[in-house]
Amino acid sequence: MIRLEKRPTPSQFWTYTTPIVAVLLTMLAGGLMFALLGKNPVTAIKTIFYDPVLGEFAFYYRGQLLVKAGPLILIAVGLAIGFRAGIWNIGAEGQYIMGAICGAAVGLAFYPTESWIIFPLMILAGALGGTLWAMVPAILKVRFNTNEILVSLLMVYVAEQLLAAMALGPLRNPETAGFPGSRNLQQYPSAANTDLIAGTGMHWGVVAAFIAVLFAYILLSRHLMGFHIQLAGQSPKAARFGGVNPKALVVFCMGLSGALAGMAGLFEVAGPAGQISINFNSGYGFTAIIVAFLGRLHPIGILLAGLLMALTYIGGEAAQATLQIPAAAIQAFQGMLLFFLLGVDVLSNYRIRLDRREPAR
Amino acid sequence: MNAKTLLACTALALGLAGGAMAQDKTKAGFIFVGPIGDGGWTFEHNEGRMAVEEHFGDKVETVYQESVPEGADAERAMTQMALGGADIIFTTSFGYMDPTINVAAKFPDVKFEHATGFKRADNVSTYSARFYEGRAVQGHIAGKMTKTNKVGYIGSYPIPEVIRGINSAYIHAKKVNPEIEFSVIWAYTWFDPAKEADAAKALIEQGADVILQHTDSTAPQAAAQEAGNVISFGQASDMAEYGPTPRVSSIIDNWSPYYIARVQAVMDGTWESMDTWDGIGPGMVKIGEISDAVPADVKAEAEALRDAIAAGDYHPFTGPLKKQDGSDWLADGEVADDGTLAGMNFYVEGLTGDIPQ
Repeated sequence: MIRLEKRPTPSQFWTYTTPIVAVLLTMLAGGLMFALLGKNPVTAIKTIFYDPVLGEFAFYYRGQLLVKAGPLILIAVGLAIGFRAGIWNIGAEGQYIMGAICGAAVGLAFYPTESWIIFPLMILAGALGGTLWAMVPAILKVRFNTNEILVSLLMVYVAEQLLAAMALGPLRNPETAGFPGSRNLQQYPSAANTDLIAGTGMHWGVVAAFIAVLFAYILLSRHLMGFHIQLAGQSPKAARFGGVNPKALVVFCMGLSGALAGMAGLFEVAGPAGQISINFNSGYGFTAIIVAFLGRLHPIGILLAGLLMALTYIGGEAAQATLQIPAAAIQAFQGMLLFFLLGVDVLSNYRIRLDRREPAR
Repeated sequence: MNAKTLLACTALALGLAGGAMAQDKTKAGFIFVGPIGDGGWTFEHNEGRMAVEEHFGDKVETVYQESVPEGADAERAMTQMALGGADIIFTTSFGYMDPTINVAAKFPDVKFEHATGFKRADNVSTYSARFYEGRAVQGHIAGKMTKTNKVGYIGSYPIPEVIRGINSAYIHAKKVNPEIEFSVIWAYTWFDPAKEADAAKALIEQGADVILQHTDSTAPQAAAQEAGNVISFGQASDMAEYGPTPRVSSIIDNWSPYYIARVQAVMDGTWESMDTWDGIGPGMVKIGEISDAVPADVKAEAEALRDAIAAGDYHPFTGPLKKQDGSDWLADGEVADDGTLAGMNFYVEGLTGDIPQ
């Protein structure tokens, strides 16, 4: 008989080891899947995990890893702070869109003036756009006790419609009559979020993500607000006795995660994406939820989880393009990673006991 | 960043990083917006890719990536292919326009072919098909077949290509049925079976008994089948599995000859940047078999219309035509020029509703 016995406290050893075990299990199961598809599993795994970091074209992929991981980390850090307090902002995708729209609108309003002040203003506008969008579910929750999960999620769809309207209307490039999409900000130096060192993928959004990780770490481990956040998440009653204002906490956490998501949107629209287009958003806001949990809601964990997630994307695409593995198989592979991570989590919270006792006669 | 990386980056920026030169096989890459099994748009592009493989055999190698989002991710997918040694890359969706131009600038030795766009460069060609010619045939059949006089149209994005299709179908439906009404739903997606099915159901509930679609999946066909007494047309691909009803005919995109010709040009070293826009005549657009659900006389008229367009005797946009706001567009007998068609951003007179902008 195998029994699971709950540990009094989660095992330190397994907390750090389970992610590695999960990755190994994913490689095994994924390799099996690739083999069944008639692909060489070793080559496939190598293409996904090794080539982007150390392979022939790693000089390009390493930069792309940062480009992909940057927004994921930036958004996930903000979400994790809320999640720790038990405030569930599921609508980061919408806040990301609104940040991009507001930030790009400010940049386009100045076109074609060149000035150093434009980009900082765009960042502010991006953060503001995300914050205001997050304030809708926050204020509805505080005033009318609505469920912030539902409201924030539904606001994503509203934001998507607004995005389409903007790409077709006010922000449309006046020089391409009839075609949707704004001017390309990459071609407008004062508004462009370019690589700080060409070819590295290190743009301002990636820098912002690293700074956010640092600040979140300090906030959660060294600051009273961080203590309040954790207390509210673990024991709302105790938090109230401890002087935490739950309403202010909702507004703070939603606002902060909205601001970071909005900034991520701005950095993306001014950088890698370049323009407001109807389908500008590609799911970073939702993937960031996974990254936040994958990183165990810890800033450093999120940093690593974001990079790992980016690796499966970049490597997955490479495997599609070079080995002709179907896109669906890559998505299944990413799903396996999450499945095993959550699955082996049981080891940190439970002890496995082999029961040797004879059954009672 | 070490010196080697720096060198490599510089090489990339200068476009010297093409492993293409050292190969004897010509490598053709394809970027697809949907899955190759979508049964419509991407399916037909993939048919074209396979035709290239079949035609050239060992002399060619093809690679593809499916379901590539239109945006920053597309740029990476193209770069990946160019780095991987592709000699020619076909980017098969409108939204890949700016990414294609960006990546092409970094790889001057790689040829790029962007479908349905309007931006070209020395190593970027554009190509598209005159789908509106097929829409004229659809409009004719729709106008004759509808009993409710209501046609439902699922638009993807309000871009000229889609607006042309709506106008062309409407003009030819109206010609044979003055009572005809069109309602358009914008799905804002090329491929999303759930959304497409919802749009089809909403249109059918509003009384439409003809469904025209400008999206890539077969979901609207299935919705029409479920509703019964509704006819539809295969889009981009024949979708014959939904015949004889609801699918009564189709527009088939036939990319194979173009893809083979362009890959051949790369092999011969004669590739040049150009803009191709072919219709029924050259065979880039085909009208799928008109099923027996269509009365014989209507079928004969539709085929005559098809043949007249193919022969160049008739242009689907021939005056007198007015714009939706009542202003004059084409005088009697005047034919629309390609420039206006390429940037078409207005409805013709009689269509209701606004183009989102």
